[in-house]
Amino acid sequence: MGTVITKIPWGVLLILLPLMGGMACFLWPRIAKILGLVLTFVGVLSVVGLGWQIMSNGVYHHAVGGWGAPLGINLYADGLSLLMLAITALVGFGISVYSSGYFERQHSTRFWPLWLLVLAALNALFLSNDIFNLYVTLEVMGLAAVALAALTGSRDALSGAMRYLLANLLGSLSYLFGVALLYHGFGSVDITTLAVQVKGSPTTWAALGLIGAGLVLKTALFPLHFWLPPAHASAPAPVSALLSALVVKASFYILLRLWLEIFGPLGGDVDTLFGVLGAVAVLWGSLQALRQTRLKLLVAYSTVAQIGYLFLAFPLAMSAGVMAWNAAVYLALSHALAKAAMFLATGNMLRFGGHDRIADLDRVVQRLPLTATAFALAGVSIMGLPPSGGFIGKWLLLEVALAQGQWGLVVIIVLGGLLAAGYVFKVLGQAFTQAAVMHESRAVPASMEWAALLLAFGAILLGFLATPVLSLVGIGSPFGAHEVMP
Amino acid sequence: MNWNAWIPLLVVASSLLPGLVIFSLAEERVRLRSTLNLAGALVKLALVGWMLWGVYHGRHYETRLALLPDLELVLRAGPLSLLFVTLSSVLWLVTTVYAIGYLEGSPHRSRFFGFFSLCVSATVGVALSGNLISFLLFYELLTLSTYPLIVHRGTEVARRAGHSYLVYTIFGGALLLLGTVWLYTLTGTLEFTPQGFLNSLGEEHHPALIVIFALMIAGLGVKAALVPLHGWLPQAMVAPAPVSALLHAVAVVKAGVFGIVRVVYEVFGVSFAAELGVTGPLAWLAATTIIYGSLRALFQDDLKRRLAFCTVSQLSYIVLGVAIAGPIATIGGVVHLVHQGLMKIALFFCAGNLAETLGIHKVSEMNGVGRRMPWTMAAFTIGAFGMMGAPPIAGFISKWYLGLGALEAGQEWVILVLAGSSLLNAAYFLPILHRAWFQEPPETWPEERKFGRKETAWALLLPPVITALMALGAGMLASAPFSPLGWAQLIAQREFYQP
Amino acid sequence: MSTVFLYALVGVVLFSLGLYALIVHAHLLRKILAINVMGSGVFLVLVALAKRTGEDTPDPVPHAMVITGIVVAVSATALALTLMLKLTAETGNAELPEDSRE
Repeated sequence: MGTVITKIPWGVLLILLPLMGGMACFLWPRIAKILGLVLTFVGVLSVVGLGWQIMSNGVYHHAVGGWGAPLGINLYADGLSLLMLAITALVGFGISVYSSGYFERQHSTRFWPLWLLVLAALNALFLSNDIFNLYVTLEVMGLAAVALAALTGSRDALSGAMRYLLANLLGSLSYLFGVALLYHGFGSVDITTLAVQVKGSPTTWAALGLIGAGLVLKTALFPLHFWLPPAHASAPAPVSALLSALVVKASFYILLRLWLEIFGPLGGDVDTLFGVLGAVAVLWGSLQALRQTRLKLLVAYSTVAQIGYLFLAFPLAMSAGVMAWNAAVYLALSHALAKAAMFLATGNMLRFGGHDRIADLDRVVQRLPLTATAFALAGVSIMGLPPSGGFIGKWLLLEVALAQGQWGLVVIIVLGGLLAAGYVFKVLGQAFTQAAVMHESRAVPASMEWAALLLAFGAILLGFLATPVLSLVGIGSPFGAHEVMP
Repeated sequence: MNWNAWIPLLVVASSLLPGLVIFSLAEERVRLRSTLNLAGALVKLALVGWMLWGVYHGRHYETRLALLPDLELVLRAGPLSLLFVTLSSVLWLVTTVYAIGYLEGSPHRSRFFGFFSLCVSATVGVALSGNLISFLLFYELLTLSTYPLIVHRGTEVARRAGHSYLVYTIFGGALLLLGTVWLYTLTGTLEFTPQGFLNSLGEEHHPALIVIFALMIAGLGVKAALVPLHGWLPQAMVAPAPVSALLHAVAVVKAGVFGIVRVVYEVFGVSFAAELGVTGPLAWLAATTIIYGSLRALFQDDLKRRLAFCTVSQLSYIVLGVAIAGPIATIGGVVHLVHQGLMKIALFFCAGNLAETLGIHKVSEMNGVGRRMPWTMAAFTIGAFGMMGAPPIAGFISKWYLGLGALEAGQEWVILVLAGSSLLNAAYFLPILHRAWFQEPPETWPEERKFGRKETAWALLLPPVITALMALGAGMLASAPFSPLGWAQLIAQREFYQP
Repeated sequence: MSTVFLYALVGVVLFSLGLYALIVHAHLLRKILAINVMGSGVFLVLVALAKRTGEDTPDPVPHAMVITGIVVAVSATALALTLMLKLTAETGNAELPEDSRE
């Protein structure tokens, strides 16, 4: 049994199944929903299989079609990739369950093929070890995501999607330019090969600037976040969830990988710049979220703030690499679960009440206790209160910041949590008013409420899983050797 | 299988699990809900009794769960934890009975009792925490689970009170988190140890330690209602009476004070804290709070507000006892943790009864109420005299040990504070008693409800009477084994005389 | 050196011109064209840099990349044009609406 599991090329399945599934959904719209649900569930199983494989054999390598690097394509998965794949599979399954109840027929037939395409691209992205391949997966993911954002065809959705597309293409081209320069300089697109060969030279610096700028734009780091709130807020709820939870994490993952292997060792002050931008993003995003009167925009701006947190790890990683990256990864994982839950819960409220004006949400929140609980639990993680994955991430980050005496960052981390509490409770307070009972505009299916609740519960559960998760991420030591903390 | 390792966890779970089930119950399942609540409370009490017996005979109860690679979630039953756990489990049982009676027929009861149980689970967790990170975890959980109780009624006033509670406590929690992480980066451990674990840190860390102490005291002081961080407490009065009882006696403020006790005794260690020079300012802060709270209480006409400021003042007796940093004062402070709880909960139950039965909310409406509700007012009287420090009620014991401890530590000024505060206590409680017993009752009460020949419902009457009797008993039987005083002596001994 | 460098330089210039146009122009068609010009710039750089060493046969890998890139660019342009048409049908205006909510 064990040997069979370790023999199956799980990594290939993770890419092929959703890709073929997406086309099948397009060809046979009738079975789209059921096929989508089955395939996302198989995705969860495949990640478990891949995890088993990695834990028994170490880092996963697969030369596609028997053609390895430099000519062919290598699939590669270490602990970090595995975790990203796992969170994608889990959040993806939650989103699928939710979507099966959410979409009307007319939108459903368009949603499933695109969603499976995004999933295939995400999986391929996390399994790639080659900067050009990463470009291709980024583009496939980005184009499908844009189409999803425009799904409802409303004015807001279309303009949001257009803005998103332009930002996306600009980011990709900038990235591709950087790839061209790196290839010119070192004759390879394989990350491992590049890591060995790369040296500080004008070409490398230009590549760094182009790739960094492109990815930062795609990750929506302040001040390049302008496209995110309109796109995420005007998309249908499950789409907002997958954009905020997974798609922005993908470009962050690439940035992290390239930093760890190629650009980080070069030195330079870019880490500091990222740290400063991250800090501003935390404050700006949180303040904007506090100001919003519409729930979806509030949640979208909260994403801008939470992305800022991820970038705080860069300046801290200079002397305490492993711990700072652990913190960033933990924050990314928790945010993926919590933010997906939050957007799904928001979708429930919007559907039930027919609007998302925060001030008038009290009647809605009180009729949907499960959804309110989901929002609350997700909020706990976003605020970084214990027990939750967000708390663990924040604790690790604070620990590194304090150990290095980075007081500015310490203040930002704490302040960001306080502001988050402000905007989360702005919504939760609505659960405790003397509201008159209202009659819903549309009932919310149980699957939608439970999908949100279980994802939120996952974010809380992550608060108790730090030890196994952090030991998983260490497989293949993506963050280099463990330095001893003073 | 070592069962002793799971008992602390079971103590927490005994209210957590019923709480989670209660959330899912329909509003009209009154009997099932009450059964679950009471069963949870009784199981918890039995488990705590078991641990008391065990610890007395030298057994260890400790649960450890991995939380972070080098940090564990530790629940441990030591003498100090057991003192607080016992207090909150006993009072929880009483409060549950009271709440069932008090909220009969009102809306959102499943929500209320769900959060009520969560709140107690968090408190028990706070009490049993064996290190700072576990403490922090339950401390924040307590904040989150109390908020819905404070805003339970959903009125504009309640929501404002809840908002102010959140602003204070979330901010306090952030400071505590900061202090805790900082401490961890210096020491690499957060385990509560008798006489502290910071002695070994070199001189160069002392300034940082002073700042950490200040951060932690500020973070805990929010819940402990130290002036000027007490603002949320009088506002939170709008909550239903059982919640006030919970806030003032069982859970929230106690968690803050208990945290201060932990930080001073088992993180810094009393002697090391005195060496750092941080206990002096803490004592002054406590003294200020005592006097300020009493003065403000004098001028409140709203009965519950008056009691709230009384809490602000009384809580700082405990802090003062800790800050004097001597063995006898420690006994006084720690034992007041229990005594204040017993007396204050009785007072709040009485205030709730007056409001619920007669519609009385203000001191000025209390004329002759003793004749209409003799049992309630008898319990109130015991509580009030206890607060003033009249023998043989429990409050006297605390003040006696605090005074003796101050003399022993050579801090005579504390006696002045104690005497002044007792006078003020008398000044705001005696007029109430005078009105209640010696003034003519009015023709009609503001909003009277009839309960046959009884003065009020059983579920409302028994809790105040029982808790008042306990306060009386704790004072009269102070020298008996297992009395609060006995435990406090055990705790002080461990802090001061163990090698 | 010189021809290769010239091609690469033209590529860079195209990229910059496209970026400038993308930012400056409000009309969506112009923005989409600008993106395409930027793309061509990048492709030109890739093709030019394929002749990395003094060898006679250029490196085929960048050419493969360019082909992939062109495929991506075509699909992206198609998507962008469709979106633009829909937006125009919806708003009667081929420009991005000013964000009223910010």
